[in-house]
Amino acid sequence: LLLLLYTNAYGLYHMIIAFDELKTDYKNPIDQCNTLNPTVEKVKKIKRVKIAIKLVLPEYLIHFFFCVMFFCAAEWLTLSLNLPLLAYHVWRYMSRPVMSGPGLYDPTTIMNADILAFCQKEGWCKLAFYLLSFFYYLYGMIYVLVSS
Amino acid sequence: MSAPGFTNLNSSISYGQNPATPHRNGPAQTYQPMHPPTGCYGAPPQQQSYPTIPAHPAPVPSKAPITNSAHSANYYRSNHHQQQQQQHLSQHHVAPSPYSASPSSAPPSQTYATLPSSAPPPSNAHYSQQPLQQQHHPPYAPPGSYYGPQSYHAPPAQQSQQQPSLVPAPAVGPGAPVYPIVSYPSAPGSSQFGTLSSSQSAAAHGVMPTQMGAPLHQYGTTRPASTAAVQPGYGVAPPSHLAPTVNGQGGTGHQHYDQSQPASLSYDSYGDADHPPSGTPSASVHSSPGHHQGGDTSSSSTGSASPVPNSYDNLEGGSYPDSMPPSNHMTNQAAPYGNYGYPGMPPAYHQGPAAVTDSSPSHDPYGQSSYQQYSQPFPNMSQLSAALGGLSGVPELEVAALRPVNLLQERDLLPHRPLEAPEPNLSPDLKKVNCCPQSFRCTLTSIPQTQALLTKARLPLGLLLHPFRDLQQLPVITSNTIVRCRSCRTYINPFVTFLDQRRWKCNLCYRVNDVPDEFMYNPVTRSYGEPHKRPEVQNATVEFIASSDYMLRPPQPAAYLFVLDVSHNAVEAGYLKYFCESLMDNLDKLPGDTRTRVGFLTFDNTIHFYNLQEGLSQPQMLVVSDIDDIFIPSHDSLMVNLKESKELVKDLLTSLPGMFSESKETHSALGPALQAAFKLMTPTGGRVTVFQTQLPTIGAGSLQSREDPNQRSSTKGVQHLGPATDFYKKLALDCSGQQIGVDLFLLSSQYTDLASLSCISKYSAGSIFYYPSFHCTQNPTQLEKFQKDLERYLTRKIGFEAVMRIRCTKGLSIHTFHGNFFVRSTDLLSLANVNPDSAFAVQMSIDDSLADSSLACFQAALLYTSSKGKRRIRVHTLCLPVVNQLSDVYAGADVQAITCLLADMAIDRSITSSLSDARDALTNAVVDLMSAYKNNVCNLQQSGLVVAASMRLFPVYILSLLKQKALRTGTSTRLDERVFAMCEFKTQPLQQLMRMVHPDLYRLDDMSDQGALHLNDTVVPQPHLLHLSADRVTRDGAFLLDCGNVFYLWIGKSCDHLFIQDVLGFPDYASIPATMTHIPELETLLSERVRAFLDWLQDKRAFSSTLTVMKDNSSAKASFFQYLVEDRSEGPFSYNEFLQHIQQQMS
Repeated sequence: LLLLLYTNAYGLYHMIIAFDELKTDYKNPIDQCNTLNPTVEKVKKIKRVKIAIKLVLPEYLIHFFFCVMFFCAAEWLTLSLNLPLLAYHVWRYMSRPVMSGPGLYDPTTIMNADILAFCQKEGWCKLAFYLLSFFYYLYGMIYVLVSS
Repeated sequence: MSAPGFTNLNSSISYGQNPATPHRNGPAQTYQPMHPPTGCYGAPPQQQSYPTIPAHPAPVPSKAPITNSAHSANYYRSNHHQQQQQQHLSQHHVAPSPYSASPSSAPPSQTYATLPSSAPPPSNAHYSQQPLQQQHHPPYAPPGSYYGPQSYHAPPAQQSQQQPSLVPAPAVGPGAPVYPIVSYPSAPGSSQFGTLSSSQSAAAHGVMPTQMGAPLHQYGTTRPASTAAVQPGYGVAPPSHLAPTVNGQGGTGHQHYDQSQPASLSYDSYGDADHPPSGTPSASVHSSPGHHQGGDTSSSSTGSASPVPNSYDNLEGGSYPDSMPPSNHMTNQAAPYGNYGYPGMPPAYHQGPAAVTDSSPSHDPYGQSSYQQYSQPFPNMSQLSAALGGLSGVPELEVAALRPVNLLQERDLLPHRPLEAPEPNLSPDLKKVNCCPQSFRCTLTSIPQTQALLTKARLPLGLLLHPFRDLQQLPVITSNTIVRCRSCRTYINPFVTFLDQRRWKCNLCYRVNDVPDEFMYNPVTRSYGEPHKRPEVQNATVEFIASSDYMLRPPQPAAYLFVLDVSHNAVEAGYLKYFCESLMDNLDKLPGDTRTRVGFLTFDNTIHFYNLQEGLSQPQMLVVSDIDDIFIPSHDSLMVNLKESKELVKDLLTSLPGMFSESKETHSALGPALQAAFKLMTPTGGRVTVFQTQLPTIGAGSLQSREDPNQRSSTKGVQHLGPATDFYKKLALDCSGQQIGVDLFLLSSQYTDLASLSCISKYSAGSIFYYPSFHCTQNPTQLEKFQKDLERYLTRKIGFEAVMRIRCTKGLSIHTFHGNFFVRSTDLLSLANVNPDSAFAVQMSIDDSLADSSLACFQAALLYTSSKGKRRIRVHTLCLPVVNQLSDVYAGADVQAITCLLADMAIDRSITSSLSDARDALTNAVVDLMSAYKNNVCNLQQSGLVVAASMRLFPVYILSLLKQKALRTGTSTRLDERVFAMCEFKTQPLQQLMRMVHPDLYRLDDMSDQGALHLNDTVVPQPHLLHLSADRVTRDGAFLLDCGNVFYLWIGKSCDHLFIQDVLGFPDYASIPATMTHIPELETLLSERVRAFLDWLQDKRAFSSTLTVMKDNSSAKASFFQYLVEDRSEGPFSYNEFLQHIQQQMS
């Protein structure tokens, strides 16, 4: 079970990194040089937003899956550490902008500096949290392996 | 999906499934290349080949192939206004023209003779009194040689140029007759000379070169004018009065600028074939001046009749730098001169003015030009710093703006005339070249140095942009290389510094760039090595003709698709007839060239396409009833070339209103219709105009009514300000990606969920028009407004495939955008369409301290495809001082811009959070400002509300904002109207918005001619502004309330009979009808004054306003009194109460 957790965490870690890189990408418009091809740039941008949208849901699902696993394994401490984030995810998804498909980010407002800054901060915080919990799980796994 | 429901109403051609199916599959593939790609460059017969592209030399049977690419690079037209200058110009034009007329190179002497009698003195004067220009002339010879090797036709022309100007030609000419020949196509070879020399003549005049470009006219009548720039004053006989007027009009150029290519051509294309067209009917030339005269003088400050040039004259007369003219700090123009006079001016600088001093006053206009020339560029750092030294030159202004005002005591806060934008505290010459505040305005004309200072000031920092505004004058530059900073891609602008001849320093990122060789040559002066005198460096607003580097695909033709609601509801409202009439009338005025395409699409519960293919005897209607899976029945015949199918289009427009008059279908499939429109327009992009009269009920994007009428006046908060579905937003983003702009006309009496529908325009950079309770017979006011708006809408300029990037000095960054667009990157807006009536707002933040520079610059560059298929870049640059004192920040605060920006922010807030939040935030903005000012700036321990004089109107404006439809609570407001008001806030340009927020109230019955403007032959009285309070509206007066899109003329009960008789044409108060929407044209003085005043107000806005005459007892009284924002009407606060409320909050 813990091995599974480990791989999952690893995958998640990668995903978050990717997600975050996308975010930071907005901040530095590399397009200074290619103002001339707006469409290409635009397609890129929209794709990025779409990737971000696609990444959000799996992230939430995986996190939810973890929580369920912890619940099954009766890892109450770990679960309680994860619950606030779970609650946050639920709240965040509930208050997402009007959208027909799944997703969290609205391409029309994502460039708004406030929202962008918020998303970025959120990304970094979560990344830190996942990193810490990754090592914690790793420690837990090794501890279990050694003690058994 | 499976059954394409084709029915064919008008013709017997039967559409089977077979033809349909293939079509369905391939909307994308079947992009019809209707025009060969090259078509975009002047392929059309009368659209001369544009110079932009040296690669496309127009097919001129010219004697000499154009060998000189350097030439073609540099023409530009800049419309400077001084009339006198133009006279100058034109005078030169006369000379060249004969040249072109004469096929051989010989005729010079003759031509000189043709010079108008008046020529010699002025030219003489020109040289003796205008040292700078003189300086430019010597280089003539060198440039000549410079050119010589490259293009052999240049030298003769040059010579000719030189001679007329340098050698006073005594002869009174037979010039006139020669003149018209100029542009005859029959002499194509010579026309080369003509153009060449004309451009040269323009060039010879330094800054003000190119009137030629100016005379562009929308209707193409002016083409000849470009070559025919003659001044009336010169008495050149008949033809002379043609162009002159054009020239004389000062900046006629702009406005029609889209259409201007023909004229500017003469510059651009040098030896190209532009002439044939221009030569055509000289008669048309005649018509053009008239045209210009009407329109331009009144609105342009530079027109001959307007007072501004006069003030120039006075100020600059004889005694140029030494004796200070009676400077008047308050007038824009005067201030710069008044303060002008660098103490530490480099000697070279002195030369110019000194010589000017000698000049007799009568020639001062020239002095003016030379002044401009030398003062604008900053050849090196030392001069820049000298210029900055001038900063201290305007203390009075600052002091006036900073004077503490106790709002509780001072009640008469309004200025007599509508508030002008505050002047940035810059040195006079920077001020002079700075961008016009109507196009580009900043909330703080003094930028705080750090974010901390900005926070302390409690004022928002932002820009208000109106980038595609109809301009009276606009220098258009054609150049092979558009000079830009290599690192931040900023376009070269007047605020860069030239380190030396070869290098310039970017004012945004401070990188040092090389000056390209081409840029060294100045087409204005035809001299080499003066990059700082190039038009790009002389004007803060310029337009470049972009090369193919700036396009992803060849410019597409202008494409217009009209999507019309024909359901029962629409038929009831009866808009269709008026739409068709209006379009019919304006069909020829639709912006575009010969490639323009139009299409029509109607919908109720099915979608109807119209086959308008050329050659059909009448339009065919194709009905698609499968709205769940919409497809395009025919690909090449639905969007048709307007020119080729004009008869069919007219046919359709005549029959359309009758076709659906019996319709009983109540459903509306707007969503599918928009999808169809999207598919139809995908290949080219363009503009989709949607007319909708009810809630979309079936198909994708159908909506439910969300408004609860009982909640209309609730104070608790308003629900449903955001969209109910993201269908329209997604579609709009798709449209934006395909360069399709969607404009929405909503004509409905019921709730239509504008909050959702507006998304289609919001994100595709369209515009929204809303006519609540529109009905063609029951609501004539709305109908009239609809017709007027439609006319403007159809004929206004348009730009396609546009992007706008806003760059700012390092350290500043863009925070949020407001307006209709899609934000593609942190500083890039994607605008599928751009129209001259939409404005944008940008919130800025200060990331890094700006301490290392004393100036902050902003540059907005709008890249678009004109309706003529030219790729163009319009660049606006604004330069503002950076300050480190809080008091300076307050002194430079622009209260109107701040109000508009706050309104935008409040609207965002009310959508994302709640209306009451937004209202609180607005009130807090006032409270914060007051406290900040009291604590930090004003050390006097005064009681009461003290605020800087520059911000004294802030509480009034905020109070008015709180009482606007968009933000008010407590008063019954329909949801759609509220949402529409919000949309307007986001897109209206500042002037218009301010009139809506805080209408102008004038008393009309006691107007005097004191201070009146004299425009052309009319006297426009300037009555004083009154506070918006009922105690100013007396019973014995007549008052005009200017609310932006509507005028109310309020007639008091005991109003002077004389006024009623003279202006309204009724004997007494009782006989005035209850509804009156026009002022009769009476021959009385008072009537003339009132009408002149109304026309003058009207002239300054794009959409015409309707007028409503109101009687004291009329039932419409409430709608008048709701604008009196300082009173306590239904809203919670009167102005006094509001102030007290603020005072409480502060303590």
